[in-house]
Amino acid sequence: MVDRTMRGAAAIVGVADAVSPTGELEGSVRALEVQVIREALADAGLTIADVDGLFSCTGPGWAASLELAEYLGIAPRWTDSTQTGGSSFEIHVQHAAAAISLGLCDVAVVVYAATPRSSFKRGTGGFGSRQALPGPTPSAEWEQPYAMRMPMGAYALAASRHMHEFGTTAEQLAQIAVDTRTWATMNPRARLQDPITIEDVLASPMQASPLHKLDCCLVTDGAGAVVLTSAERARTLRKPPALVLGTGTCHTHAMISEMPDLTTTGAAVSGPLAFAEAGLTPADIDVAQIYDSFTITVLLLLEDLGFCPKGEGGAFVADGVLAPGGALPSNTSGGGLAYTHPGMFGIFLLVEAVRQLRGECGPRQVEGAEVALAHGSGGVLSAMSTIILGTEATA
Amino acid sequence: MSDPLIIPAPDGAPDRQQPPVSSASEPFWEATRTCSLVIQWCRSCERAIHFPREACPSCLGTDLEFRPAAGTGTVYACSEMPAPGNPGMKGRAPYVVVLVDLPEGVRMLSSVVRSDGAEGAAEVAVGDSVRVAWEPLADGRHLPVFVRG
Repeated sequence: MVDRTMRGAAAIVGVADAVSPTGELEGSVRALEVQVIREALADAGLTIADVDGLFSCTGPGWAASLELAEYLGIAPRWTDSTQTGGSSFEIHVQHAAAAISLGLCDVAVVVYAATPRSSFKRGTGGFGSRQALPGPTPSAEWEQPYAMRMPMGAYALAASRHMHEFGTTAEQLAQIAVDTRTWATMNPRARLQDPITIEDVLASPMQASPLHKLDCCLVTDGAGAVVLTSAERARTLRKPPALVLGTGTCHTHAMISEMPDLTTTGAAVSGPLAFAEAGLTPADIDVAQIYDSFTITVLLLLEDLGFCPKGEGGAFVADGVLAPGGALPSNTSGGGLAYTHPGMFGIFLLVEAVRQLRGECGPRQVEGAEVALAHGSGGVLSAMSTIILGTEATA
Repeated sequence: MSDPLIIPAPDGAPDRQQPPVSSASEPFWEATRTCSLVIQWCRSCERAIHFPREACPSCLGTDLEFRPAAGTGTVYACSEMPAPGNPGMKGRAPYVVVLVDLPEGVRMLSSVVRSDGAEGAAEVAVGDSVRVAWEPLADGRHLPVFVRG
């Protein structure tokens, strides 16, 4: 039977294009994108302030939709850089309709501009050029000349701000590394398995003040995968399902200098969205996997996800709440700080969350775990996504 | 207005990574040739914009202009780099990278540097007042940095 739940749930309400008989257009790719967005919104009777979903598959840097959103000054809660060549935009419309039918975004903009003809004449690219958007990236122009060590420098800036506003201490951040390492002592596959103390963290070399080496994640090889299917079909398969109970996403910037508030991440949006969808609260989470690129990342995310009030993360973690036996067992694999971190850790958060829900974690198993949270962070505290998983008992 | 404070790179230091110039930011970089800090404004919103764009990130309007900035600021966040972030900074570490809030209402990534020529990183904390200074670049432009006070 054909699933028809999306039928009629979304519509195209505004259109615009820019073309010329000469085959050439004045203006940069970014200027053209802004132009057609403005015209299409006007066609629909909407403004940029209405837009909460953004679809773009080309740009100068590593993340098309982030960089366009930063340029436009918006913080979408639905984002899609899906790149499939010429069919990308049909797929974007499909994704937008799906998202809208589920209430995950309200107004979606799908946009594309390219100037291969005039770029070829200017010698700044052209058809077949990999650079769809001629010109420098904002980061090369506004950040890289200052030679901040990346990525730790960006996180260090956030830590400095949190300490200034809330009195958070290096010892409190270190406690996160200590507790995560305690979990790793129970994981024979972890990169670092020896226990550490707060003093060890504070004595490790400074990487970018106030972050020490042991506040920073590993650099390792690694790989992971997860497979998803319908809940109905999942019940016929070999292992007990980890049901997706709630999801949420928010990105706020691409460069750290564009982050609106260095003490609050997009998890303050993604977390509540995920909890609301799941019908749960932070108190319902039995085990948490919270992206630990740096200790400050975990601290900010605990606050933004609602495990403690904003500014109280330091006190919250100080008594070992994240450690084995604590009220919020977190990063039970040993995390990015001690288990593995091959550049991007998000897949491992999901793998560990599922293993905990299945009871497969041996000595580090959290007894009776029925609800798990996995929260990913991308960029420099830039793109946040929260997934809440549950056992069959939570369905 | 007082003379601009020019702080050359240390003797023998390799060139910093040179900032490229985008079409929207050309007036910003041109002004740095005379050590003038200018900030882009949207004339419709009466709102300052940084980094410079081809449209206002509040209203998407294109009625934009550059205006002189006060040249002062407040440190919003800071971190000391004990080692260089790229090869162009070899021999310069330790140094301080900051986010500076300007009174015009925008935030810039930059550096706070020493004005006394001594070695070592500048001493700076979140909340400190700073003012703009200029490091000459190879092509005649200047890179805006900050000093305390």
